[in-house]
Amino acid sequence: MAEVAGRGARLLVVDDNKVNRLLLTRSLELLGHRVAVAENGRAALEAMRREPFDLVLLDIEMPEMDGFQVLEQIRGDLALRDVPVIVTSSLEGLENVVRCIELGAEDYLTKPVNGVLLKARIGASLEKKRLRDQQKELVRRFATPEVAQDLQRSGFALGGKRIHASVLFADIRGFTPLAEAQPPEETIELLNTWYTLMFDAIGSHGGIVSQIAGDGLMAIFGAPVALDNHCESAVAAAREMVDLIELFNAEQASARKPAIRIGVGIASGEMIAGYTGTSERATYTCIGDVVNLAARLEQHTKEAKRTILIDAATRGALPATFSADALGATTLRGKTQAVDVFAA
Amino acid sequence: MTSPTIDRATFDELKDTAGAEFAVELVDTFLAEAPAMLAELRRAYGAGDADAFRRTAHSLKSNGNTFGARAFAAMAKDLELGGMTPVQAASGKPLDALASEYARVASALTELQRG
Repeated sequence: MAEVAGRGARLLVVDDNKVNRLLLTRSLELLGHRVAVAENGRAALEAMRREPFDLVLLDIEMPEMDGFQVLEQIRGDLALRDVPVIVTSSLEGLENVVRCIELGAEDYLTKPVNGVLLKARIGASLEKKRLRDQQKELVRRFATPEVAQDLQRSGFALGGKRIHASVLFADIRGFTPLAEAQPPEETIELLNTWYTLMFDAIGSHGGIVSQIAGDGLMAIFGAPVALDNHCESAVAAAREMVDLIELFNAEQASARKPAIRIGVGIASGEMIAGYTGTSERATYTCIGDVVNLAARLEQHTKEAKRTILIDAATRGALPATFSADALGATTLRGKTQAVDVFAA
Repeated sequence: MTSPTIDRATFDELKDTAGAEFAVELVDTFLAEAPAMLAELRRAYGAGDADAFRRTAHSLKSNGNTFGARAFAAMAKDLELGGMTPVQAASGKPLDALASEYARVASALTELQRG
């Protein structure tokens, strides 16, 4: 909604007094916002359930349903609770301000409202709302519902923490010649199909996709929500990815289109996980030697001529029912020490 | 009573921020709404409706502050916070006083609208 923070937002003014309503509406329109009005709390809730608002300016003393009751209703309503509310009132007594804040109001402005303060508080509230919307969108796109709920509960903060997890890298083998041999539209369609299939396989095993670039992606299992068996989940996801690609290739063959091959590398252990970027644009990711190892294993699938390669830590955590071939100690590109590599 | 009925600084600031034309409209709205609010205050007092009494006094105070009608706003605030008991003790006189002050506010605002 708030496409430009601070300007052009859709606001709702709730006040039973006509002079207050007109004056506040006028002040907000002069700031470049679009304004709807409600004369009491009940009408305000009806309006909020009818159309989305970026911000509500709420009076407290009103007949029928007062502002406190409106705040209570908004807080108890999942669809409305993220809409910021600024209370504008000439109520006497600090305890009323405290009560509004406790009931979830974002801010409190005393009437008559000072123009400079109004502009600043509205800008701040809309910016916070925009960040929350962006965060929800990010979570919706990159995380499973469990992860999304965890983030809703625990909040969003830049910075990392040490975790145990599995990292999976995957990409399309021989993508460049494939892309050169067909029109760009078909390449985009192919990439979209590939990402859809991969996201599906990763998500269904509790992983999240933290990065996508070109024809490759990085996924994390075990963070931000801990998974009991992140190694097993990562390998199971990799195998499902391979199965899905086989199905996809069968369709490609019947349409006389080229088949694609993929390579997957998985490594497990301790790493730093968290949100990196800026408060404007951030992504959940992991960094550390384990992450580098997973990327090197994925690159090594070409030379090893195997589809899924995993490190010793991942192999060690798999139950006996998972078969994996030991390929022996291998010196991976960019690494000085040889590591034990397994094909899963 | 040396203080003016309408505080000019407050009123001028309203004109500056909302626009002179809009300020005229806003005064019109207040002059159209206030008599009914004063009548509601009397009705609530007569009916012993404390909630409506407090709410209406609060609303009048709020509007008084918007236009810089300081004495009017202060009287309304006393009614909002004090409730009906002191008004009863004074045989309803505070309501008459508020109505008289409103008459002064209305004529001062009308004057300012022209100027």
